[in-house]
Amino acid sequence: MTAVTTRTEQAAATSDGYTVVKAKHPGRWLSAVVIIVIAGLLLRSVITNPNFGWDIVGLYLRDVSIGRGILVTLGLTAISMAIGIVLGVIFAVMRLSANPIVRSAAFAYVNFFRGTPVLVQLLFWFNLAALYPVITLGIPGVQLDANQLITPMTAAILGLGLNQGAYMSEIVRAGILSVDHGQTEAAEALGITRLQTMRRVVLPQAMRVIIPPTGNETIGMLKTTALVSVISVPELLYSAQIIYARTFETVPLLIVASLWYLLITSILTVGQYYLERRFARGNQRNLPPTPLQQLKRFFATHDALSLKGGKK
Amino acid sequence: MTTAHDVEPMVKANAICKNFGSNQVLKGIDLHVQPGEVVCLIGPSGSGKSTFLRCINHLETVDGGRMWVNGKIVGYDLKGSKLYEQSHNDVCRSRSEVGMVFQQFNLFPHMTVLENLIEAPRLVRKEKKAEAVARAMTLLEKVGLAEKAQAYPRQLSGGQQQRVAIARALCMEPQLMLFDEPTSALDPELVGEVLKVMKDLANSGMTMVVVTHEMNFARDVADRVVFMADGHVVEQGPAREVITNPQNERTKAFLASVLSEPAAA
Repeated sequence: MTAVTTRTEQAAATSDGYTVVKAKHPGRWLSAVVIIVIAGLLLRSVITNPNFGWDIVGLYLRDVSIGRGILVTLGLTAISMAIGIVLGVIFAVMRLSANPIVRSAAFAYVNFFRGTPVLVQLLFWFNLAALYPVITLGIPGVQLDANQLITPMTAAILGLGLNQGAYMSEIVRAGILSVDHGQTEAAEALGITRLQTMRRVVLPQAMRVIIPPTGNETIGMLKTTALVSVISVPELLYSAQIIYARTFETVPLLIVASLWYLLITSILTVGQYYLERRFARGNQRNLPPTPLQQLKRFFATHDALSLKGGKK
Repeated sequence: MTTAHDVEPMVKANAICKNFGSNQVLKGIDLHVQPGEVVCLIGPSGSGKSTFLRCINHLETVDGGRMWVNGKIVGYDLKGSKLYEQSHNDVCRSRSEVGMVFQQFNLFPHMTVLENLIEAPRLVRKEKKAEAVARAMTLLEKVGLAEKAQAYPRQLSGGQQQRVAIARALCMEPQLMLFDEPTSALDPELVGEVLKVMKDLANSGMTMVVVTHEMNFARDVADRVVFMADGHVVEQGPAREVITNPQNERTKAFLASVLSEPAAA
């Protein structure tokens, strides 16, 4: 052993006597340095610029009216998505119907609600009273005052739910079409009716295709609910707006709202991961371990190793 | 019309015709299958065997002729001299008396083996769970897969999946079993276990119509072999006779080409 050989050279020497020199990647180093410098500059300005008002952000992050706004946002997201999913399944099945009128009606619905901006739809629902001051639903004896019936909240739920139904129906339709026709045939041969086949055989398998985009849609919906601030529904953004209209601390409160949106979407992303795993059952022989399981396994093996070492 | 003393055929096909667009696949098929009989349909691909099989349980509607299963016209209700086309749900109810096994198994991948078996009895016959499970376990025992009850189909070999598919069809206690090339999608070494289950079933007295390319199975297990070509029944008769001593030129040519293959198990 000569004292001059460095560790890397020792490691790289192969059994047949050659010394292997690893390729250098100057480009990688350069791009990493550039990005770290830019990130550092950004971070510095975020910390040192007093206009961000981090102390105010910290103050309002746990404000009661912001908290109420979050609850409204979550509730609105859940209800609108629920309506959207139910409508989506109904219209997807209609799109695949043998009846051409039923098929066209579903297509017209999807086309209308996908083809107009959701903001315009929300304003329409909000101003429904101008179009139909009295809602009778065509049933004799039913006389509903549109001004009382269409509160900002109902307008928001109708607007978001109906719009989401159009998008969901396309997602559900793709899912249904992804299921092998042999499945329907096997169910039919067993005497299972069409509706039961859809519910018990086709839809559960379509879920694998439906879940990932639905997760994206849910995250999208959470952010779209911010639009209903224009019809003064007190959700997260509107709650922040009410505060900064009074205190003029616009930027800190927009940061408060953004941080909350970011936190909730992050949680939803984790939820989506586990949901996808659940519906992959039966399609993969062995599911890969979750990050949590990987972590547990990592510590388990290391415990075992240290125990062995201790016994020696 | 049959008299009361005649045995009603399980399947009675009269001049069945079927078109796919302008292509006539079945050109007037006549076939009777007696209760307890095992009939193998053989013939070159495209001869209409599978289509005919699918007409028996109304997975395909016929364009001409009439099909009776167990004394009832398939797809219609006879009232007086009028035939009323059945609603989808009525068709389903009649189908539940006919079991079918597919080439691609078509097990429900999101359900365990046991759930696959009890699904139809629970949904169609509204059976109690315990009752359906008990029968399902007996059937799984019979096809030698009782220990796989909680496995998912993907965890099984092709031969095991097809045995589960047979058990699933039997769980509806059908009076007639249809097999559509049940071993064609299997690796050669897995064919035997499926044929054995089918042979046991035949020996137990089940009425079976089998579309197959397994000539040894047809010769040894079937009562009758029907050779189809170009949408016609070309030749039929006792299994051993047709396969070992075919009369028609086309049957001879077909059997020569099939039996020359060394793969026959």
